[in-house]
Amino acid sequence: MFTPHTKTEISTMLKVVGVNRLEELFQVVPESCRYPKLNLPAGLSEMETRQELQLLSESNETAHDLACFLGAGAYNHYSPAGVDAIIRRGEFLTAYTPYQPEISQGTLQAIFEYQSLIANLTGMEVCNASHYDGATACAEAAVMAYHTFRGKRSKIVLSPAIHPHYRETIRTYMQGYTNLTITGDEPGIDLQQHPSALKTLIDDNTSLVYIQYPDFFGRIFDLKEIVEVAHTAGAMVAVAVNPISLGLLIPPGEFGADIVTGEGQPLGLPLSFGGPYLGIFATKKEYIHKIAGRLVGETVDKDGKRAYVLTLTAREQHIRRERATSNICTNQGLMALASTVYLSLLGKSGLKQVATLSYQKAHYAFERIIQIPGYQAWNSDPFFNEFVIKCPKPVDEINFHLLDHGILGGYDLGLVYPKLKGHMLLACTEVNTRQEIGGLVNVLTEVTHE
Amino acid sequence: MNIPKELKYEKTDEWVKVEDKTGTVGISDYAQEQLSDIVYVDITLSVGDKVKKGVVIASIESVKAAADVNMPVSGTVLEVNTGLSDTPEQVNTDPYGSAWMVKIQLDNPQELSTLMDGAAYEKYCAERVH
Repeated sequence: MFTPHTKTEISTMLKVVGVNRLEELFQVVPESCRYPKLNLPAGLSEMETRQELQLLSESNETAHDLACFLGAGAYNHYSPAGVDAIIRRGEFLTAYTPYQPEISQGTLQAIFEYQSLIANLTGMEVCNASHYDGATACAEAAVMAYHTFRGKRSKIVLSPAIHPHYRETIRTYMQGYTNLTITGDEPGIDLQQHPSALKTLIDDNTSLVYIQYPDFFGRIFDLKEIVEVAHTAGAMVAVAVNPISLGLLIPPGEFGADIVTGEGQPLGLPLSFGGPYLGIFATKKEYIHKIAGRLVGETVDKDGKRAYVLTLTAREQHIRRERATSNICTNQGLMALASTVYLSLLGKSGLKQVATLSYQKAHYAFERIIQIPGYQAWNSDPFFNEFVIKCPKPVDEINFHLLDHGILGGYDLGLVYPKLKGHMLLACTEVNTRQEIGGLVNVLTEVTHE
Repeated sequence: MNIPKELKYEKTDEWVKVEDKTGTVGISDYAQEQLSDIVYVDITLSVGDKVKKGVVIASIESVKAAADVNMPVSGTVLEVNTGLSDTPEQVNTDPYGSAWMVKIQLDNPQELSTLMDGAAYEKYCAERVH
């Protein structure tokens, strides 16, 4: 509830500050800027406002109105109606991390289940209560690795095939670290190289080697060799994942990853113009005191009954202050809950089915597209649900035509990788039908004739 | 409160036991009591490190707080009690014995004069209780 100050309170405060009127506090603001004429139209009634907003919203075209082949980090999966119905229940509906946690047993239990599901899915021992999104979870992994070596290892090796936004976020988070080199993703680097090529950069000054799996271009590589090289040098390995792909692929925990991060949006979260999403963060038990964010643990109460608590909170910034390794004291509560409900409704076989369908549809679309004269495959590596096509015309021009036919085309890779001008990154999920893929192929064919 | 007379104490509640030119370092009974149940000890030194007085040598977490352990005197690390991270509760049960943290070669024994003796430390703790 918002409680305004009373007149008495205001005059008391003004007296203390030593001014007579509130306006005197604003004297430093130039007079013409103090109360500018905003020239706004007359107010509208609720009914009129709603009508106007309705009209505005109808000019949006969403993934639901279009055949969507855009991915690049966020994917148009189907979310069962149960997800929304459950997370909207009054008992659950809050975006906040619990601040008086022990009275919120239901919320804590949901987070505990989220942590357990993600730990299982990634093959890791510990999972935190989540971060804001895949990019911030990625940056927390880099920060944690740096602090694990107490700043004594000053190099972080990043695969150039990590999502460009994630790499940018790592650099933003770590811009204040003076003793740090981030390397591996320089603009000149060969983007088609196997991640093992990064091994030449790994030495005993390397704290972390970061790989994406499947990578930003959708490719799946065997990461055993690079993990082994990193571990031999004493460095940690972090792997950024698309959680849906783990319905099919070997979880990174099984090939030795020390940290697994990921964008949790594909787990039943709507695309929603870019957020709120969900940052997945899992690691090994030996790093439990280094993890950022919140952790829920299971225990028993004084009567011996099962209960949940926020645990190991002494790691966190509100206790450890400037010596904390991260300033994150929150989580993405509602989205973590949504992904928990999603995974519970799908189960093991359902998740595998979603992953398999996404894989198969993407491979079907790929085979059809590379048969169109003018379109070429960029690479021949195994891929999950996303692939790169070299196009005969500028990608934005092609996408413009596709949109005209109700199709949301792929990501224009030239925007973030200058070397990949004219290359499109296309994604499929279980939602894409054979008809949609046929339509995509038809328009791509037509475009070459114009 | 247990305050052995033969030890030297720092204002930040570390103790040093001096034998010849070597010193053993830990935290006091007063400190462990203030922290309550200790669940985590992470000693950030390795044998051979040269450490100046005042440098953080360990992090301690209890169920309600986190604290740093500072080096009370400059020295070269001879031994680290690595086992303590597996049994952090020893800091509560035996702060002057099994919960020692590091043994050092004193690099500057004159610094010992900046520390309190048992009687001065007892008085110092009593002043803080209220």
